[in-house]
Amino acid sequence: MADIMTPALGESVAEATVARWTKKVGDAVKRDEMLIELETDKVSLEVVSPADGVLTEIVAAEGDTVLPGALLGRVTAGAAASPLAPAPVAAPVPAPAPAPVAAAIAPSVRRIAAETGLDTSTISGSGKDGRVTKGDALAALEARAAAPAVAPAPSAPRPVHEREYRVKMTRLRQTIARRLKEAQNTAAMLTTFNEVDMSAVMALRNQYKDVFEKRHGVKLGFMSFFVKACVEALKDVPDVNAEIDGTDLLYKNHYDIGVAVGTEKGLVVPVVRDAETLSLAGIEKAIGVLGKKARDGQLSIDDMQGGTFTISNGGVYGSLMSTPILNAPQSGILGMHKIQDRPMVVGGQIVVRPMMYLALSYDHRVVDGQGAVTFLVKVKDYIEDPQRLLLDL
Amino acid sequence: MAQYDVVIIGGGPGGYNAAIRAGQLGLKVACIEGRGTLGGTCLNVGCIPSKAMLHASELYELANKDFAKMGIDGKVTVNLPVMLQQKADSVQALTKGIEFLLKKNKVDYIKGWGRIASQGKVAVKAEDGTETVLETLNIVIATGSEPTPLPGVDIDQKRIIDSTGALVIPEIPKSMVVIGAGIIGLELGSVWRRLGAEVTVVEYLDRITPGMDAETAKTFQRILTKQGVKFKLGTKVTAAKASKTDVNLTVEPSAGGAAETLNADYVLVAIGRRPYTDGLGLETVGIVPDKRGFITNDHFKTSAPGVWVVGDATYGPMLAHKAEDDGVACIELIAGKAGHVNYDLVPSVVYTFPEVAWVGKNEEELKAAGIAYKSGKFPFTANSRAKVNHEGEGFVKVLADATTDQILGVHMIGPQVGEMIGEYCVAMEFSASSEDVARTSHPHPTRSEALRQAAMGVEGWTMQA
Repeated sequence: MADIMTPALGESVAEATVARWTKKVGDAVKRDEMLIELETDKVSLEVVSPADGVLTEIVAAEGDTVLPGALLGRVTAGAAASPLAPAPVAAPVPAPAPAPVAAAIAPSVRRIAAETGLDTSTISGSGKDGRVTKGDALAALEARAAAPAVAPAPSAPRPVHEREYRVKMTRLRQTIARRLKEAQNTAAMLTTFNEVDMSAVMALRNQYKDVFEKRHGVKLGFMSFFVKACVEALKDVPDVNAEIDGTDLLYKNHYDIGVAVGTEKGLVVPVVRDAETLSLAGIEKAIGVLGKKARDGQLSIDDMQGGTFTISNGGVYGSLMSTPILNAPQSGILGMHKIQDRPMVVGGQIVVRPMMYLALSYDHRVVDGQGAVTFLVKVKDYIEDPQRLLLDL
Repeated sequence: MAQYDVVIIGGGPGGYNAAIRAGQLGLKVACIEGRGTLGGTCLNVGCIPSKAMLHASELYELANKDFAKMGIDGKVTVNLPVMLQQKADSVQALTKGIEFLLKKNKVDYIKGWGRIASQGKVAVKAEDGTETVLETLNIVIATGSEPTPLPGVDIDQKRIIDSTGALVIPEIPKSMVVIGAGIIGLELGSVWRRLGAEVTVVEYLDRITPGMDAETAKTFQRILTKQGVKFKLGTKVTAAKASKTDVNLTVEPSAGGAAETLNADYVLVAIGRRPYTDGLGLETVGIVPDKRGFITNDHFKTSAPGVWVVGDATYGPMLAHKAEDDGVACIELIAGKAGHVNYDLVPSVVYTFPEVAWVGKNEEELKAAGIAYKSGKFPFTANSRAKVNHEGEGFVKVLADATTDQILGVHMIGPQVGEMIGEYCVAMEFSASSEDVARTSHPHPTRSEALRQAAMGVEGWTMQA
C-alpha cells in the first residue's frame, strides 16, 4: 500500500484544489503515471503514482482543497501490475467520501454560512478543539462587512435561470480576479499612449528571419525587440522598474520581464529573467520555453515569481488599443497591439506604414507623467530605429 | 515493599475515581480508606443515601397528595425502618461496586487511616492499630470534607444532628429546625417534611441557596413555602439547648434585635462543609492549609513536591462530580497527560421536588461582570409532558451573550431538571450558542422540550408559549 501525498506546493502557496483524477478506484496504475491534476493559485501541477499497482482509494475528491502533505489517495502495490495477475475479484468499493466537515459545524454556524455564503473553513474557531462558534462566525461576518470591497460579500447564490449555467471559477481564475482587483484598488493607475512605426523592425526581421531560425532554432518575433526596447527604456526611466514597499521605493537593477501568455485556462505571466543579459535570440528562446510550459500547464511557481515589468500583447488577438492593468506590485505594464497599415505623413508625404499603438499603464504613485511618457517615447524610438539597441544609444 | 506510582488518601468520589483512572493508565496505585467502605461522604452519608430518602419520601407524598386527582384512590403510610433499610441496602451495594471497580483496575484498596509520614511515604493505621508505611512517587490528598460545626450548637447526633445524623433519625419528628438554607438543609428538610415533620429553616442571610440565580431562588422559596416549609431568613442562631426529647434554639435577627426561642424535636445543622485534613501529617511535608482549612494547589500540585490534592480538600465547588473531575485530571497530569477541569461549567443540582439545576453564570454574576446578555425563559406549565404529569411548576432560563449568542448560564427549576442539565453542560463545553440548542431536535412530548423552547426565547422565537 502506497500513499499518494500532496507534494510541496512552493513558497507562498498554502493549498491546492484537486482538479482532476485521471484514474478511477480499481484502475491499474504504473509508477510515475500521472494520476491527479492539482491547481493552485499560481500553477497546475501533476501528481504521479508512487508505485505500480491498483488505485484502491481516492481520499481527496475532485474539487477538494488539500494542503501540502495531505493524503490524496492510495495505491496498492503490485496487484494488477502484471498482466498475468487476475483482475481484482471485485473492484474495491470506492471508499465513502469522508464525512463532510460541515457535519461538525454547529447548527447556528451552518445557518449563517448558508444564508451569507460565509466560508467557515477560513475562520479560526475559538470553541473546543478549534471549533467555530456562532460568535466566531458573526465576528467573521462583521469583519467581512467592514473590509473594503476587495471581495464583495458573495450573497447567497442566485438561482440559475433558463438559458444560463453555473460554473465554479477555477482557483487560477479566482486568483486572477482577485489580483487584478487588488492592483486596481492599490495603485494610482493610468495609461499613456503612443504609436510606433514597425517598418524598420519588420524589415530587419524579414531580412534575417531564416538565417536567425537556422542559427538559433527559434523564430525571430517582435516580442524580443520589445523586451529589449523595454529593458533599455527601463534603464533610462528607473521609476518604471521600481515598486512601492510601505513608505519606501525599491529600485531594481535587474530586469525581469513578465510576458503575458494566454492559455486555455487563463492568463499567466511567466518571467524572462535577467533580460538585460540576453541577446534577442536568448530572449526568443526563453519566451519559447516559457510559452510551451504555459500552454502545457507546466509552469512552476518560480517561473512566474519576481517580475519587475510586464508586457502584454493584445495585438495577437487583434486589439487596436487597450489599457492594461498592472501586475502588482510592479509599477508599469506595456500594452502591444495589432500592427495595422495606416496612412502616415512622413516628410510631407502621405505614406502607408505598418503602425502599432502602444499603451503604458503605470502607477502614478511611483512614476511621474513625464517619466511615463519618456519611457514610451524611448520604446518607440528603439523600435523605429532598432540599430540604437545595437549601439546602446 | 514495592514502590507505588500513586498513593491516594481517601476513597470518596475524588479518590476512587483517581484510583480507577490511575489503574487504567497503568500506574501502580493504592487507595487508602479508613471508613470501612468506599465511596466517601457522597456514597455513605451524603448524596446517595439522601437521594434514596428523597425518592422514597417523594413517592409517599405523591401517593397521598396527587394520586387522587389522577384517579388513584387510597391512603399509604410510611414504614420508616424499611425506608431506612432500603437506603442502607442500596448504599452497601454501591460501596461493593466501587470495591469491584478498584479490583478490576488493579488498584490496591488499603483499609485504614492514611497519614503523610514524609515526602514519598504514607503511613496507614489499620483498625487493629497496626501501622504500615507505603512508599510512593506521588501522594494524592482526597480526604474530602466534613460538616461545619456552629458555635453554640453542639452536635450530639441525638437531637442536634448534622447531615449524617439526619439520614438515620429513628422516628418521624413532629418538628425540625434546619439551620442553613443551603442545598443540604433544604433537601434533608424536604425529606422529613414529606414524612410528616413541621420544618422551619433558619438562615443567616436574607435569601435561600446562596450562589443560585436570584430569580430562580425566589421561585424555589415560594414553591417550598407552598409545600409547607417555614423560612426564617436574616436570622442567626446564638444558642441551643438539647433535652432528651427536644431542643430549644435561641435565634435573633442577623442585623441585631430581640431574641426569640424556637422549639423542635430535632435541629439539623447544615451551614456548610469544611475541608477534612485532621491528622493527615501535612506538617511533615510543609503544607499549610489556608485559614478555612483548604489546601492550595496549582493544577492539583500542592506546595510539597510529589503531593497533590483533589476534591473538597482544595478549592472549587464542594461537589462529588467536581471531585471526580479533579481526580481524573490530577492523575492524567501525573501520567504526563493533559488533564483539565473547566470549573466554570460544573453543574449544580438541588434534588428537592421540583428540582433546581444550573450551570454557568447567573444573572447577578453577569451584571456584576458587566456582560451584556439576553435571556430566554420557558415555563413548565406550557410543556405538554409536565402538564399531563401534573408537574407544571418551574421554568427553564437560558442566558446568552448579547453579541455572540454563546450560552453563558442556564437555570432550571422543575421536574427532573437535574437529569436534563447535562445537555447544556455539553453544549456549553462546546461553546454553543442558544441558536445551536434551539435548532437541535428534541423529542416530543418530553420535559426536555422546555430546554429548547427557552433557548429559542433568547432570540425571541419561543414557539409554544
